[in-house]
Amino acid sequence: MAELSMKVNLKVWRQAGPKAKGGFVTYNDVETTSDTSFLETLDILNETLIERGEEPIVFDHDCREGICGMCSLYINGHPHGPATGATTCQLYMRRFKNGETITVEPWRSAAFPVIKDLMVDRNAFDKIQQAGGYVSFNCGGAQDANAIPVSKEMADEAMDSATCIGCGACVAACKNGSAMLFVSAKVSQFALLPQGQVEADRRVRAMVKRMDDLGFGNCTNTGACSAECPKQIKLYNIGRMNRGYIAAKCKE
Amino acid sequence: MANNEILIMNPADSKIPEGPIAEKWTNYKAHQKLVNPANKRRLDIIVVGTGLAGASAASTLAEMGFNVLNFNIQDSPRRAHSIAAQGGINAAKNYQNDGDSIYRLFYDTVKGGDYRAREANVYRLAEVSNNIIDQCVAQGVPFAREYGGLLANRSFGGAQVSRTFYAKGQTGQQLLLGAYSSLNRQIELGKVKSYNRYEMHDVVLIKDENGVERARGIIAKNLVTGKLERFAAHAVVIATGGYGNAYFLSTNAMACNGSAAVACYRKGAYFANPAFVQIHPTCIPVHGDKQSKLTLMSESLRNDGRIWVPKKIEDAKRLQKGEITGSDIPEEDRDYYLERRYPAFGNLVPRDVASRAAKERCDKGFGVNNTGLAVFLDFSDAINRLGIDQVRQRYGNLFDMYEEITDVNPGELGKEINGYKYYNPMMIYPSIHYTMGGIWVDYELQTTIKGLFAIGECNFSDHGANRLGASALMQGLADGYFVLPFTIQNYLADQIRVPRFSTNSPEFEAAEKACQAEMDRLMNIKGKRSVDSIHKELGRVMWDYVGMARTKEGLETAIVKLKELRNEFNTNLFVPGTQEGMNIELDKAFRLRDFITMGELMAHDAMNRNESCGGHFREEFQTEEGEAKRDDENFFYVACWRYEGEDGKEPTLIKEALKYEAIQVQTRNYKS
Repeated sequence: MAELSMKVNLKVWRQAGPKAKGGFVTYNDVETTSDTSFLETLDILNETLIERGEEPIVFDHDCREGICGMCSLYINGHPHGPATGATTCQLYMRRFKNGETITVEPWRSAAFPVIKDLMVDRNAFDKIQQAGGYVSFNCGGAQDANAIPVSKEMADEAMDSATCIGCGACVAACKNGSAMLFVSAKVSQFALLPQGQVEADRRVRAMVKRMDDLGFGNCTNTGACSAECPKQIKLYNIGRMNRGYIAAKCKE
Repeated sequence: MANNEILIMNPADSKIPEGPIAEKWTNYKAHQKLVNPANKRRLDIIVVGTGLAGASAASTLAEMGFNVLNFNIQDSPRRAHSIAAQGGINAAKNYQNDGDSIYRLFYDTVKGGDYRAREANVYRLAEVSNNIIDQCVAQGVPFAREYGGLLANRSFGGAQVSRTFYAKGQTGQQLLLGAYSSLNRQIELGKVKSYNRYEMHDVVLIKDENGVERARGIIAKNLVTGKLERFAAHAVVIATGGYGNAYFLSTNAMACNGSAAVACYRKGAYFANPAFVQIHPTCIPVHGDKQSKLTLMSESLRNDGRIWVPKKIEDAKRLQKGEITGSDIPEEDRDYYLERRYPAFGNLVPRDVASRAAKERCDKGFGVNNTGLAVFLDFSDAINRLGIDQVRQRYGNLFDMYEEITDVNPGELGKEINGYKYYNPMMIYPSIHYTMGGIWVDYELQTTIKGLFAIGECNFSDHGANRLGASALMQGLADGYFVLPFTIQNYLADQIRVPRFSTNSPEFEAAEKACQAEMDRLMNIKGKRSVDSIHKELGRVMWDYVGMARTKEGLETAIVKLKELRNEFNTNLFVPGTQEGMNIELDKAFRLRDFITMGELMAHDAMNRNESCGGHFREEFQTEEGEAKRDDENFFYVACWRYEGEDGKEPTLIKEALKYEAIQVQTRNYKS
């Protein structure tokens, strides 16, 4: 439990821009402590780089409490690193050994091109949501919130699906680069609630089509997406979406 | 004092409608000017920010038919920091039949804000609170429900009713994703154009034919290309959140900044009550100098968690040395100081009261960790009463989050003493969390610059000197869904004949040039210090002198130190790299420049306000029991600050007198 001083070596992907050629650079003996977070360790390294007049390592991060979905990073072969059910920003150095060499890469997926160093462009996720991830109604016309009772089980299950933070770990973990877990989480949230029923068919068709158009891969039921998901979104969301998709296609 | 001459705002400037408080908003809407559908299509609105306020405003304006240009600093609108709000959102639904009403929510909010909020705005907030819940449920927001299928509620600080709606410990996330979904629908329909990874650098003002300056666009930096770009519109809405990161360590996200608000301030928008900063009592304590931010533990934990420190100073000393842990101390030796001092509200007193009480105990030497700056939040009582399963169901994700950060599991049995089970308590300490102060706005949420509006945390109006828990989400969504989309039409109705502006005009040219000159200046200082090293120093000055307890001497010291810090920034900053493409250090430097300006503004305001109220506590002004002592005779006003042409120059104070019609101003009492 006590805080320990540590030194680690960071083998980091550096890439000057979207079209530049990238490569690994190893930074040895980065000084940190067991109670310091992984991103704070990158901050420490960046401070030393700046002191030396070099450009800091660019990576996405924001809330640093595991909810905004901004942080990414492939750490030692795992999206968001070795901890289960946690994002990169919730990863603490006590998970690593003193003297360990830690490999840090950006998300690897054709749909998420690198912007700089470890930062990627996840705009494709927004585009999928724009295709149908909503209930189409205008503000102002809603009835009383308690007018339609929703069973606690359904509400809780919808909440579990809605917990997705849109970080892209599922795509990065998938050997096919599939976005099925991400898309199915949003489709499921609405499919489970009465408010989502009216447009259910239209929604699932539109979101799946957009996903395919954007070049995401197919699902082969490997389950890496769910295993690596920092919010532990369940695999059966994909099954639920597939059932809804087939039914919707049949009605077309 | 900033100025010998006392300037008083014309009461008409706040545009509070006539009539009894409960009818003001209805009257306003009945008589305001509207824009017809054909004209809406001809009008463009810039919305900067995509948090609860920005996203809800952008989507609602687009639904109405306006063309919206929407900017956010991250890679997607969904990343805005509203997403991190945990506990919930208040509304006066009275679903629990516990005596809640619009009036009670209004009253609690004004009282919680220590009688420094604008009454009419708060009443409107309480009035539309119920619509927000209806709207969010219709969007498919999965709020927590009871077994019967109806919506569940819980209690929050500063209230004696259960009016807080929640979605696990992720209410902000679910509400933001709801607003984001509506926004996405409008993006798909082509009514909103979304600009990701853009940061606003300045607001562009253009004089109309009568010589009145109006906000007509912004200069924003494309953070990926590094280029400044120009955007024109008929009105500009700022929804960029608070300036809490001036303290370096806060619960705000890393990119949260005050630069858009400061840009408006420099262009002439008044800045109101900047010293009113909220310090949240339940954050994980600071652990070292490499820490980048502080993590909040939701206020909802105070429903079942009990806050305490040891009664005996020797126990505190042993805790500080690490010789014993919290669960070694039996019930009779624990001082549940909030329950002791405030029997009526106990652990659910408002945030400012709970924060100061923690500081008071730690200052007296009763802190419970190695730094002496922590108190316990204990769940033994709740776990023994309800069982661990039920407690985990309520707070499981917060317990896990706490364990991931500190390596301590608050649901784990520590010790059994005399048959009573003591579970490992959490350690908590107050941290900067929210800024009640912000850009001054009138009842229409318009700033002192025509056509420039401010909504959400970045305006000042609804929370007075202290915000109650679960009211930030309420205010952000109230402004965005139900207030601004109407009030902005009262302005735009006169603009329907104004054609679209070219961004090639001299005003845009000059604004962009000035922004570019600033970027060049920051790159060319070529000193020795990184942005973060100066920012940390700023944070220490702010926390030590403009933090939880302030004194005249301390604030004078702060002002001197902030001047030195600005000088250090201007002469010794080092930004590596170039302006080509992304340069994260340059972007941070730009924000730090404005945090220093904000810091000075806060110190001036805190020095001017010779009273204690809400989050603003001046040690000279307290009761014998250590409670905040307001001075309604001299400080019953909103302090508005006007920029005087250059950073570092003392701003001018203009007072907006507060006028309460519905509520009798009293001393806040949470004891009985």
